[in-house]
Amino acid sequence: MDFISILSIFVMAVFVGYYVVWSVTPALHTPLMAVTNAISSVIIVGALIASAAIGIGGTGATSKWLGLLAVVLASVNIFGGFAVTARMLAMYKKKDRPAAGHK
Amino acid sequence: MEHTIAVNPWASLAYLVAGVCFILALRGLSSPTSSQRGNRFGMIGMTIAVVTTLIVHFPGTLVGSQGELCNHLVGGETSCRSLTYAPSFLPDWSTAAEILIAILIGASIGIVTARRIAMTAMPQLVAAFHSLVGLAAVLVAGAAFLNPEAFGIAAAGQIFTQSRIEMGLGVAIGAITFSGSVIAFLKLNGNMGGKPIMLPGRHVINLAVLAGILGLVAYFTQDQSPWVFWTITGLSFAIGLLLIIPIGGADMPVVVSMLNSYSGWAAAAMGFTLHNTAMIITGALVGSSGAILSYIMCRAMNRSFISVIAGGFGGDSGGGAAAAATDRPWKRGSAEDAAFLMSQAEQVIIVPGYGMAVAQAQHVLREMADKLKEEGVRVKYAIHPVAGRMPGHMNVLLAEANVPYDEVFELEDINSEFAQTDVAFIIGANDVVNPAAKTDKSSPIYGMPVFDVNKAKTVLFIKRSMGGVGYAGVDNDVFYQDNTMMLLADAKKMVEEIVKALG
Repeated sequence: MDFISILSIFVMAVFVGYYVVWSVTPALHTPLMAVTNAISSVIIVGALIASAAIGIGGTGATSKWLGLLAVVLASVNIFGGFAVTARMLAMYKKKDRPAAGHK
Repeated sequence: MEHTIAVNPWASLAYLVAGVCFILALRGLSSPTSSQRGNRFGMIGMTIAVVTTLIVHFPGTLVGSQGELCNHLVGGETSCRSLTYAPSFLPDWSTAAEILIAILIGASIGIVTARRIAMTAMPQLVAAFHSLVGLAAVLVAGAAFLNPEAFGIAAAGQIFTQSRIEMGLGVAIGAITFSGSVIAFLKLNGNMGGKPIMLPGRHVINLAVLAGILGLVAYFTQDQSPWVFWTITGLSFAIGLLLIIPIGGADMPVVVSMLNSYSGWAAAAMGFTLHNTAMIITGALVGSSGAILSYIMCRAMNRSFISVIAGGFGGDSGGGAAAAATDRPWKRGSAEDAAFLMSQAEQVIIVPGYGMAVAQAQHVLREMADKLKEEGVRVKYAIHPVAGRMPGHMNVLLAEANVPYDEVFELEDINSEFAQTDVAFIIGANDVVNPAAKTDKSSPIYGMPVFDVNKAKTVLFIKRSMGGVGYAGVDNDVFYQDNTMMLLADAKKMVEEIVKALG
């Protein structure tokens, strides 16, 4: 892919992001942050490539270890981010359901 | 630039699907009913991206089509003849196992943290997660710099010019996200005072460092020596610290949103380097999401983004500011008075602020609302965008206390109702109900949108004492109104007493 096609994808995605995020209800802004946190860890793709590469020589080996460390960090974020988002979203309930602990 | 990066078309397609899943994940958040499905889309997208990468870049070596067959003869001699093999892939299982272990370590830390974290500590957690994205971006950029061939961004040891710019920007944004988020975390977690720390001449220093980073990124295109790359990284770590240290506690919601945005741009920059559509789409989504949230937060405080970045607003509690106007008359009420007034009301609007969360009063507050509803009182909650420590924080805290989300309203949707409301019940909030924001041009919060609680028939204001003032350190005229009754006590204790009085 040449630079211009990639740039086009990027610019279009910024616009999509703009409209999608404005449609998010303010009540869910905290889960929004948690989930964007999780998905921005898609950077794990780069970390996996680095970890899987054949480390030739000193810099190659360092590169691999940096990659593995990045895999750990990104995984914390992916699993933690999605789990905490799910936990928060499960709390949002509608009126008709009687609240727990109601006397 | 005469280069093309060989990309597997099926992999590109899979990354595109992952990107679309991420868009659907955010789209799902438009309402609480579709939000859980949205989150699942996010997980599916991430799984697709990770599995695709693992398949395409499975650790191992492609054994070439040329080989030699050698016979070891007696006497140490060998005779060889060249052979042509069909190319075959030799998987490197030990590396694959290392990757799996890395994922499992991260997953267990992440899941345990997500389960244990208190909802009041969500801003710290998000800041900590941002710092991890930032550091991961720095590490990936570093790995790509050290082994560019593995990423297909170099030929004969020379990294492509375009990739150098992307890599330089990626590592810079990642490093700023990391060090900035660490400071934000320390401030939100209380390890570091919320008071802004002002270095002399900091604007000059910051601008010089920023210019230095940009200059080095430009120079990096000419010279790919390691010192250039690592100096960019070091300076970016420094600017992250310098930028966030002077920003006060009151502005943290903006900072957290801003760092959210940065973590997105860092991912996008790495996506450019790796020509990966999933990363580019995600980076753009997250980048714009954080930017919009920062804008919403700034608007809610009537502050310009520049003035927030410049820093220096708001301390820890504004506390200690000696009772500004104890000479003005005010009325004190008891829990019984409050219970009576509310039970007679047709509609009560509760305005919660962060003080409620600090006192852990949200659960007993919901109990109070339940009792009132049994008496036929209509109860609504009014939430200011900056009521918590991050966007939407108060909504989560109320949801955790089992407050139904359809009883919770945003500022614009409920503000006109105060005039027809019998009781406005303010708990742990102050600046967001201060009419000075509308009337007093000299007030530091002038122009900030506020709730018109003074229009309600009666205002019940829970406050620890008459001494302290709000986050912004401003006195509030609502305290001294004829129709205001001050309930001076710890928020949780007071609400417990009201619940008791309601019977």
